[in-house]
Amino acid sequence: MSNQVPIHEGLFTWPAAKPQLLGSRCNQCAEATFPAQPDCRSCGSRETTIVELGDRGILWTWTIQTFMPKQPYRSDETPETFRPYGVGYVEMPGGVRVETRLQANSPDQLQIGMAMQLDIIPFRTDENGDQKMTFSFSAAQGA
Amino acid sequence: MDVAIIGIGLHRFGRSPDMSGMQQGASAVRAALADAGLSWADMQFAYGGSQDGGNADALVNELGLTGLQFTNIWNGCATGGSSLHAAYSAIKSGEYDVGVVVGFDKHPRGAFNPQPKEWGLDEWYGETGLMLTTQFFALKTQRYMYDHGITEDALIRVSEKAFTNGSLTPTAWRQQALSYEEIANSAMVSDPLRKYMFCSPAEGGAALIICNADKAHQYCSNPLFLKAAAVRTRHYGSFEVFAPSQAMEVADAPTVTASKAAFEQAGIGPEDVDVMQLQDTDSGTEIMHMAENGFCEHGEQEKLLLEGATGIHGRLPINTDGGCLANGEPVGASGLRQVYEVCVQLRGEGGARQVPNKPKVGYTHVYGAPGISGVNIITK
Ligand SMILES: [Zn+2]
Repeated sequence: MSNQVPIHEGLFTWPAAKPQLLGSRCNQCAEATFPAQPDCRSCGSRETTIVELGDRGILWTWTIQTFMPKQPYRSDETPETFRPYGVGYVEMPGGVRVETRLQANSPDQLQIGMAMQLDIIPFRTDENGDQKMTFSFSAAQGA
Repeated sequence: MDVAIIGIGLHRFGRSPDMSGMQQGASAVRAALADAGLSWADMQFAYGGSQDGGNADALVNELGLTGLQFTNIWNGCATGGSSLHAAYSAIKSGEYDVGVVVGFDKHPRGAFNPQPKEWGLDEWYGETGLMLTTQFFALKTQRYMYDHGITEDALIRVSEKAFTNGSLTPTAWRQQALSYEEIANSAMVSDPLRKYMFCSPAEGGAALIICNADKAHQYCSNPLFLKAAAVRTRHYGSFEVFAPSQAMEVADAPTVTASKAAFEQAGIGPEDVDVMQLQDTDSGTEIMHMAENGFCEHGEQEKLLLEGATGIHGRLPINTDGGCLANGEPVGASGLRQVYEVCVQLRGEGGARQVPNKPKVGYTHVYGAPGISGVNIITK
């Protein structure tokens, strides 16, 4: 079985029983941002702390990417196998709206205000045969 | 001291297969010089920009090695606004009396593909397919429609107007009017925006000759006056392109602050403007920019568009030459095309697309990634 590795370090806790998105919160003004950064875009402070932003949220806006993007997009797809994907901003309990791929890819599956949950999913296979894992959101299941 | 515009030049937007981007820029400069009755050797300074057409200052190879100060400007889609602001400041400072602002471009076909590193982002953001301007404008439009009760009807009417105006504009790239149904039934690209609601990357050039207003009449019998030039960037909380996250509290867009600053400089208000150009890389952004620039309340656009208020004969004539939707977007040139068109209108030279009743005050607004707005106010 192939190795699974995150597409980028520090975006989410994983592997974990309940993976969480990671961001940073400013020690001065308490504003949160994703991904984590050492300085604060709100007040300019250089004191920030890495925090869990949560694994559930509310869909704030969405669209469907219907055509296969050019480079820098880098997936395993070809123009023939490309499948449209959803994109949205999800409002996280950690106090920030995060831009994300959505598992849903048709307008009738998406509406502003719906509850969403975090999924860590394989995105592509790299040259070493490792599966690059990324974050995505889908309609929340259960409570 | 006031700043005058004494010459305007355009190299037609669209496709010029036999010309480089640089040559299209030079063509626009020559047209602007001819319009002003001046020569390249009269130019004391130049500001210019291009995304894919090469370094603007290499234009001296085409126009002449006169030794003038030539500064390259790059601010994404807002490049034209920034170049004109630089020229405005150069005249205001008293250092120079006359110079040129130029923008040109020649993009490969298809959507732009910005690189994460150039925007201070990590590779994963681009790799996973989140870094597309079309996607962002769809996301912003989707939320705006939800918040302010705008329907698809308004999006369609913006495009319908753009292509109607393009059909009246001899220099426009897209000269064929499209029916409401053709737009409404065109393919969905990024929900809620359809094929005919987006502009395309293109080619072209635009140039302006800028002059100390005290000396403008030496050169020109019909100078126009650049009453305000303001460029602003995003605030914390502005909902802008290329942002992996957004703050919970949405702040004003840079357009709002650039617009307020420009109106303050000019000492007038939105109600005084007779003809305007608002950045319309897609029909959703034109709708949002109507309110962000102060020309209506958020949500009022639906009714204004239904009434035809933004058409050439309406009370808010917007993008009289068809805007980016009908002209395409050569990034370096686009903001200066807007100024060119407003100057044509104020001179009364708009022909079939002329706004009636002798417009006296014009307004231009350009927007670029990752959240830059440039606003100009031009008067007779
Ligand atoms: Zn802070």
